[in-house]
Amino acid sequence: MSEDKVPVMIPRSLYQKIEEKIAGTSFTTVEEYVALLLENEFPEETEYSEEEEALIRDRLRKLGYIE
Amino acid sequence: MPRPHGGRLVDRLTPQASADRVRAEAEELVKLDVSEELRLDFENIAFGLYSPLAGPMNREEYLSVLAKGRLSSDLPWTIPILLDVSEAEAAGFGAGDRLSLVCEGQPFAVMDVEEKYGWDRKTHCERVYKTVDPAHPGVAKTHEMKETLVGGCVEVYDPSPGKYPKYRLKPRETRFLFREKGWRSVAGFQTRNAPHIGHEYVQKTALAFVDGLFINPLIGKKKSGDFTDEVILETYEAVFKHYFLRNSATMVTLEMEMRYAGPKEAIHHAIVRKNYGCSHFIVGRDHAGVGNYYGPFEAQEIFEDYPDLGIMPIFFRNFFHCKRCGGPQNDKICPHGPEDHVNYSGTKMRSLLLEGKRPDETMMRPEVVDAILRHKEPFNP
Repeated sequence: MSEDKVPVMIPRSLYQKIEEKIAGTSFTTVEEYVALLLENEFPEETEYSEEEEALIRDRLRKLGYIE
Repeated sequence: MPRPHGGRLVDRLTPQASADRVRAEAEELVKLDVSEELRLDFENIAFGLYSPLAGPMNREEYLSVLAKGRLSSDLPWTIPILLDVSEAEAAGFGAGDRLSLVCEGQPFAVMDVEEKYGWDRKTHCERVYKTVDPAHPGVAKTHEMKETLVGGCVEVYDPSPGKYPKYRLKPRETRFLFREKGWRSVAGFQTRNAPHIGHEYVQKTALAFVDGLFINPLIGKKKSGDFTDEVILETYEAVFKHYFLRNSATMVTLEMEMRYAGPKEAIHHAIVRKNYGCSHFIVGRDHAGVGNYYGPFEAQEIFEDYPDLGIMPIFFRNFFHCKRCGGPQNDKICPHGPEDHVNYSGTKMRSLLLEGKRPDETMMRPEVVDAILRHKEPFNP
């Protein structure tokens, strides 16, 4: 199921510049490009199970990466 | 932290609970000997460094990468990851078979074969290396490759500990590490050198606007005259200890063959850093280049073609010591002429070090020089 979406208004001139920039790339729409930029601004955390988190923390401690 | 390339980190490592079963199964399979370089590629796939790849490329992916610099899904990808076999080896298996992959007598992975196909070396060299000159190390390597390519999925059940286990982390671990350190933005920096002042200047300039610096010495076959891996690790430890804030930089080795594919390889290196969790990647002059095959800033210009890469490149042009400014500068900010500039010449520093002499402190930190000179043979023969 695709995520629920809401519209955001941007100046038409900016929209056209983005259209030109993404021509020939994997972006099929300006929305996809803008969404990627914003996702990088508000990134998602990688998820870990409690068990994996404990294992990684232990290894990083032993190797001296964290205290 | 950026999402992994393609949306999720690939994990093709056999879970510990199943490793014995897969190991036993591998004993019954057709065995295929692979080189150390291929083993590293397969481990990098299994660890998720090459996400979204799950194995060596099939024909469709390979041709798409050659033609567009993108996977068939249109995701940016510039360096073909291939398994080459001889005709005699290829005759021993077919699509749908499972192979046991063996390196130096040690079985380490299984691979489900999807496809065997022929390829054209000349087109490969033109598209990847932009040259067919046999003097280019990537072209020379291409001509040594075998006649048939095999695409499929790998599963690694016995990964090697790595040459330096202490410094080898998987992307899930580095992403965790960055989170633990509270780094929301991280700049990746690849190196094949002991750090001189110019490197430190570039790294600290990047650190002025990201939270953390992620140094990756490239471990693997290098050119004669390059610093040895041990020297690179020890010199970075020295520079971290004496010249970086305590929680601002960390180091993880990257075990991967250099292709010397210049611009195409710069994109590949950026993708690997994105999978590690870096938000930025530092690209210097002639990144991953060799000889005069690529323009000095071609490896930077190629990023224009990949606005959808999902990691921000940081470009550095020429940097040097300016006698009048009294420190490291670059041609964007220093108003003085070439008569005041001294280049950070790696070749010159190497010649001095080979004679047991110390490069000037404006060129290299004394602690770095000490760490180099502690080694009887600091350079690859």
